Amino acid sequence: MRKCSLSVLPALFAEIAKSNTLYIPASDNAGGAKFTKWEEGIQYLDTLNTVKSPKDFFFPHTEDLMEFKVTGKNIELFDIREESEDFVVFGVRACDVKSFDILDRVFLSDPVDSYYASRREHGVIISLACTRPAETCFCTTFGIDPATPAGDISAWKTEDALYLQANTQKGEALLSSVEALTEECDSTDVEAQQEKTRKIMQKLPLANLTTDSFGGGKTLELFDSPKWDELSEACLGCGTCTFVCPTCQCYDIKDFNTGNGVIRYRCWDSCMFSEFTKMAHGNSRLTQLERFRQRFMHKLVYYPENNDGLFSCVGCGRCLSKCPISMNIVKVMKALGGEKK
Amino acid sequence: MQKITRDTLVSKAVSLLENGTVDAVLGWGKGEFAYDVTPTVFETADEIRENFVWNDFCGANFSKYLVSKTRKLEGKILVFLKPCDTYSFNQLLTEHRFDREKVYVVGVPCEGMADISKVKAITGDGISAIDFTDNGLVITTLYDDEPKTVAYEDILAERCVNCKSKKHVAYDELLGETGEVLESARFDEVAKIEALTPDERFAFWQGELSRCIRCNACRDVCPACTCEKCVFDNPNSGAENKAPANSFEEQMFHIIRAFHVAGRCTDCGECSRVCPQNIPLHLLNRKFIRDIDNFYGEYQAGAEVGTRAPLVDYNLDDLEASDVFERRDSE
Amino acid sequence: MQVNEYKPLIVAFCCNWCSYAGADLAGNNRLNYPADVKIIRVPCSCRVNPMFILRAFQRGADGVIICGCHPGDCHYTSGNYYTRRRMALLFSMLDYLGIERERTRLEWVSAAEGAKFAATMNDFAEKVAALGENKRLEDLRCKK
Repeated sequence: MRKCSLSVLPALFAEIAKSNTLYIPASDNAGGAKFTKWEEGIQYLDTLNTVKSPKDFFFPHTEDLMEFKVTGKNIELFDIREESEDFVVFGVRACDVKSFDILDRVFLSDPVDSYYASRREHGVIISLACTRPAETCFCTTFGIDPATPAGDISAWKTEDALYLQANTQKGEALLSSVEALTEECDSTDVEAQQEKTRKIMQKLPLANLTTDSFGGGKTLELFDSPKWDELSEACLGCGTCTFVCPTCQCYDIKDFNTGNGVIRYRCWDSCMFSEFTKMAHGNSRLTQLERFRQRFMHKLVYYPENNDGLFSCVGCGRCLSKCPISMNIVKVMKALGGEKK
Repeated sequence: MQKITRDTLVSKAVSLLENGTVDAVLGWGKGEFAYDVTPTVFETADEIRENFVWNDFCGANFSKYLVSKTRKLEGKILVFLKPCDTYSFNQLLTEHRFDREKVYVVGVPCEGMADISKVKAITGDGISAIDFTDNGLVITTLYDDEPKTVAYEDILAERCVNCKSKKHVAYDELLGETGEVLESARFDEVAKIEALTPDERFAFWQGELSRCIRCNACRDVCPACTCEKCVFDNPNSGAENKAPANSFEEQMFHIIRAFHVAGRCTDCGECSRVCPQNIPLHLLNRKFIRDIDNFYGEYQAGAEVGTRAPLVDYNLDDLEASDVFERRDSE
Repeated sequence: MQVNEYKPLIVAFCCNWCSYAGADLAGNNRLNYPADVKIIRVPCSCRVNPMFILRAFQRGADGVIICGCHPGDCHYTSGNYYTRRRMALLFSMLDYLGIERERTRLEWVSAAEGAKFAATMNDFAEKVAALGENKRLEDLRCKK
């Protein structure tokens, strides 16, 4: 394990940014935080969660896939993807780091999504352990330890120092490139902090949430539950929950006519939208109840069924704080029996 | 703190439900925390007694729900409306969006609603309990030994700081007393932006609107947005776009969203309340309201049922489009 | 004359009954106005949805002008009165968002006013040319 004093942080960022594009949480000037490209003057913001999750780095909200030009009867294809450059994201919380595993299973299984894979290869994640979880946090429900975040490098920030521990080759390479700024140390301080955070986690209001009544094989039991009606009653059908969610992975592919060609692009879709999965025959989910149910069944039943029991929620709490009507996965889970007695 | 108590609302709802006046109650339902209140349709007295909430976080405007709920329910529905909600209610009635006969309106007085993000900006995350007292909210967090008291004036939602009216313009029954239309400073912010140079204005809106993630929450919550099929959801409109593109697309969406409700927007402020990115969307709507007031005479959408909205009306001697700036600059 | 002189692209929405005929008359009378004015005929000036205007800007227009019958002369009696209110509000909103106010205009041009049509287009094109290219409302994807 390496450490450096917090006063060295700007120098550390500068050093990393020399050979990589570096993103750190910074203020979005509207009371929230967002991962911002570091340059001289960008202040690191000590925040728990960014408004949008870091999934944009690998699976951007909108991305151009290719371009066509049609002249007469000829069609020309252009690969317009931008070459991925090496980048580093600093300050990713344990829940968000876990979300990359969930996305990987979707985009890196056969057939591999080369757009996603390329960015994944070029990205280095420096995670950051939590010390002040919010009341909306429930990552422990999904087996995540916020005090021990994964990632290429795990980091812990105490009052005066930053501790870094490389977990992968990519992480080791990055850590050795900043060797001059850090020093070797033992893990006593980190362990003390971890102990403290874990104690707080037990006191959180959502600590009694469990996944016991969910998982693969529960489709028949949960699909027709009468609870869905009242749970989805007030849903506005907006895409907030899905767009701030680190694990939502649905997308749509569309063509944009530029006037002298066509750009085929991909953008996030939301199961909350009325035109979600609309196809030639029509729409397979006509009511908001069905679309609402889809979101939670996907996260709690379908996904684990196909992915060895891994749930597609990391308990980051973004949907809890952002839903306009305060309906969210916690309320759904509790209504369907997900609370320890 | 709200002067009217939860018990008053609960007993009213229960008695109207039990005496058969209404078959369901649209109210605020209990959440996981003190502040995450969900609009809920209650069908039994027990549900109401157990889960009904009335506190400083009951900001949601229920008017729009009446469009879908009156279609779904056979009988009559009770709805609790705060003064500003009643304007949206009237506007929807003007547009014949639901059957008035199927709704029983109970007007509730409102002292202004709190904005949880303002609370958290003061206390930080980790709120474990909130007490509502006369002096303010008493917030207990996981991290502070002593609870913190935050004054209401520091945490009032923007729309409540600039409350335009405490008067209920529609109700079947009132709890407590109704208030007056207020002199508010709600256009000050608009005037401030108008006073900037074009470059500054462009930079300001670019900064705000570039945060948009096109979740459509502003549209979906808006009581004036009740089209059966929105132009932005219609693949044949050429304007459908699920994505925040890398250019003017978001501005296009927001200009048109505000334009489509111009003259019908009651300034309830729900758009800004729900925006996950804290974009001050009400400043677009208020710009239209202010211009309408200046160009065509003062008009408050929803103040009465049946008035003609300014954009579906005209005068022979209306201001010419070319004189708009002259008129404004001379103010 | 400069070879590379910047010529703005102008989209002119003209109502079928007055302004389009006015443009016709301008042509018949051999009156000059810039060739970069692209006319789109609409049944009435009030057919012009604000989205048309924004879309034109997105797709590369540098200025958008809407021409209709004089107030009182609308073929459909009152269409242009609605146009007048809508455009007043829209133009004011665009200005509020920091878009140059000279990029949009609403003019009344009758079927007999060929000369006014040409003069209006010349004047508008000149004002827009002075502003230069429309950068603030363009859709970058259309630049490719």
